[in-house]
Amino acid sequence: MIIKHESIIIKTIVRVLTPFIQIFALYVIMHGHSSPGGGFQGGVILGASYILLGLSFGMNEVKKRFSERLLMLFTSLGVFIYAGIGFLCLILGANFLDYGILPIAEPRGMGMLGVEIGVGITVMAVMLSIFHNLSAE
Amino acid sequence: MIELLLGKINYYIYIFLMMIGFYAMMGKKNLVKKLIGMNIFQWSIILFFVSLGAKKGGKIPIVEGVADHSAHIVSHAIEYVNPLPHVLMLTAIVVGVGTTGVALALLLMIYKKYKTLEEDEILRRMILPPSMWE
Amino acid sequence: MRPFYYILTFITGALLVYGASDMPKWGDPNSPASTHVSPRYIERVLEETEVPNMVTAILADYRGYDTLGETTVIFTAGIACILILRKRKKENNE
Repeated sequence: MIIKHESIIIKTIVRVLTPFIQIFALYVIMHGHSSPGGGFQGGVILGASYILLGLSFGMNEVKKRFSERLLMLFTSLGVFIYAGIGFLCLILGANFLDYGILPIAEPRGMGMLGVEIGVGITVMAVMLSIFHNLSAE
Repeated sequence: MIELLLGKINYYIYIFLMMIGFYAMMGKKNLVKKLIGMNIFQWSIILFFVSLGAKKGGKIPIVEGVADHSAHIVSHAIEYVNPLPHVLMLTAIVVGVGTTGVALALLLMIYKKYKTLEEDEILRRMILPPSMWE
Repeated sequence: MRPFYYILTFITGALLVYGASDMPKWGDPNSPASTHVSPRYIERVLEETEVPNMVTAILADYRGYDTLGETTVIFTAGIACILILRKRKKENNE
């Protein structure tokens, strides 16, 4: 049973640290091009920030922000973005997941960025959903 | 002889870790300990694969000096560490997390039904009716 | 039963150490793992894609189909975890 922690030090520090952890996770996803990082790593850090919130404030706080239906929507949204970019390349005339034909500047780099965002959303939602299910109801 | 031993020391370390996980999966009776043994086994395989791609004096696989567009950069394959095992093991790590999550969910359901997590107790309670449990 | 497991583990470890005598040395640049496909990836990653990070370029561009399958595996693991731990509604005894 994950209940609210009584110590005021933990509650204050988690409340201060959580925005920085989330911004760092988004930085790791976006800078997958030129520094170590990418979709999986950033998604796990983003999921871990919500798990930290759940461990120190109780699962009710996390349930207020992410209900179960919203988490299931997010898992499907990530896979949908990934396959959607692939099908977009197919409609425009090239092979499946062939980013060279997208009509934007630096097509292969931007296609990779979109795909990594999809992967990050799915990994975050699955981490949070597994933790949410395994904690006692 | 010492040269031979030190040249391949990474294989021996990872075989030792693998055998620890292997014994834990077989020889322990608690189900959670078996699960941790499986996890150790899996991590030793991942580290073994990553160590296959190392090169003496190699740099990390990110091309440097791209910020100034004036220089034309030629990268030789011998100065960079092999990036291919890193890529494959990213997938393996994430699959391992998924496997551990599903295994823990199964353990939770087993505990709710049989009220114990020891292997021989579960085998005994699968046969007997609930009135005869201990 | 316990000594049998120890002996089995020891025999497997010895067989694996004997099998490791064929493998290339640690850090060898001419090992077969580093000479077939990866020089092609390393040399051409900056001119074909404009991305400096080789690991992300291989993961999302050259081998993007594998990453699609892997995202599906993660999705399936999450769905399986939800399905195992759902609460059943109480059935009415009519």
